[in-house]
Amino acid sequence: MLSRRIVPCLDVRDGRVVKGVRFRDHVDMGDIAELAQRYRDEGADELVFYDIAASPEGRSVDRGWVERVARLIDIPFCVAGGIRSVDDARAVLHAGADKVSINTPALQRPALIGELADAFGVQCVVVGIDSQRDADGQWRVRAFTGDPSMTQALQRRTLDWVEEAQALGAGEIVLNCMGADGVRGGYDIEQLRAARAVCRVPLVASGGAGEMTHFRDVFEQADVDAALAASVFHSGSIAIPALKRSLRAAGIEVRA
Amino acid sequence: MSGVVLIDAGGANIGSVRYALQRLGVDAQLSGDAATIRRAERVILPGVGAAAPAMERLRALDLVDTIRSLTRPLLGICLGMQLLFEHSDEAGSMATEGAGVACLGLLPGTVTKLPAAAGIRIPHMGWNTLLPRRADALLDGIAAGDHAYFVHSYAAPVTDDCIATCAHGTSFAAVVRRGRIAGAQFHPERSAQVGARILQNFLRMDFE
Repeated sequence: MLSRRIVPCLDVRDGRVVKGVRFRDHVDMGDIAELAQRYRDEGADELVFYDIAASPEGRSVDRGWVERVARLIDIPFCVAGGIRSVDDARAVLHAGADKVSINTPALQRPALIGELADAFGVQCVVVGIDSQRDADGQWRVRAFTGDPSMTQALQRRTLDWVEEAQALGAGEIVLNCMGADGVRGGYDIEQLRAARAVCRVPLVASGGAGEMTHFRDVFEQADVDAALAASVFHSGSIAIPALKRSLRAAGIEVRA
Repeated sequence: MSGVVLIDAGGANIGSVRYALQRLGVDAQLSGDAATIRRAERVILPGVGAAAPAMERLRALDLVDTIRSLTRPLLGICLGMQLLFEHSDEAGSMATEGAGVACLGLLPGTVTKLPAAAGIRIPHMGWNTLLPRRADALLDGIAAGDHAYFVHSYAAPVTDDCIATCAHGTSFAAVVRRGRIAGAQFHPERSAQVGARILQNFLRMDFE
């Protein structure tokens, strides 16, 4: 039976893992390879590396650290940030990443999704979506969320974009619910359920994890394929082995 | 062991397979050269992408007959395993899906698209359990229920050559073996200790 995946997300800057409010007060968390190996040893099912500096600086991901990670770890990993073209994606995939995740560049030019799918197969193409509920009750997509001062609210409805991205060739969708992000009050079950209803490819929940029960809730109630989290893992407030034991005890299929 | 060659047919993940072998102490040579591949003690055919463009690349490199006539053990990984079969329904481009392509024909059978169903999402992406069908040196140290990392939308049928199955909606071939022809539908290079063990078995096993 297919396991539900637990996916730590690591913010990367200049080859180091950092945490903090994006673009402010970055705290150095350590060497990227060391942390990747630690999460791998603790039983993470997959890793996402988000190059937080690549996109705002208008450059592509530095492939040096991608290659270091690929040499070291034996679980899959995805690279996000700064991928705007087939060439950008090729550099990252050839360096050893298993998937690339695109967000704002896909909104700017949706055809990029299909170009990547044709070049590398849909299984390599993850579309990240940052979403927030507007005053009229609709969930809509946000662009340029890496820098709060540049973030744009778009007219595009989140659920429409989920459908469109799949039709264009997305092999997986990561839905980051911004209202829940950083609050640690639990995943946005309502929004993820709505996305699940229109999402036929794997769906990854992002934003809001604070306690172990939140993971159980999102798997049971929103039927997502994977749950992504950052701060609870980095701070050590949730240890992956204990999280997986609790999920298994609740009857949720996870990898030992 | 020396003399392991990874067939370089332009797949995106070839580096990952090479690194996995390095972690096992084996420095595999990357090659698209027919003579080099023919001389290798062990040959690995990795692959990510679609069957039709992959076969096209093998033809362009003039490697189809080379691979068909190898006398040494061959391991196909993911798409590389699917290419071992006679035919794949996967044309490649989203625009021409369904047309299909003739493959290497080293194993009988046709690779078909995994059917989506309620709760069964395609691509099949993530860690799923292996179910061995019979004892085989390639599966040494692998137990029923061990997890491997899969990423694919097409799959090979469960035939006599299938030594371990996996299920995602329907049952399909996860590991195949017919003499010196072997294949893994999952990614051993990304399947932690289970994947490392399969690669190690392939490198060490006696194919005589």
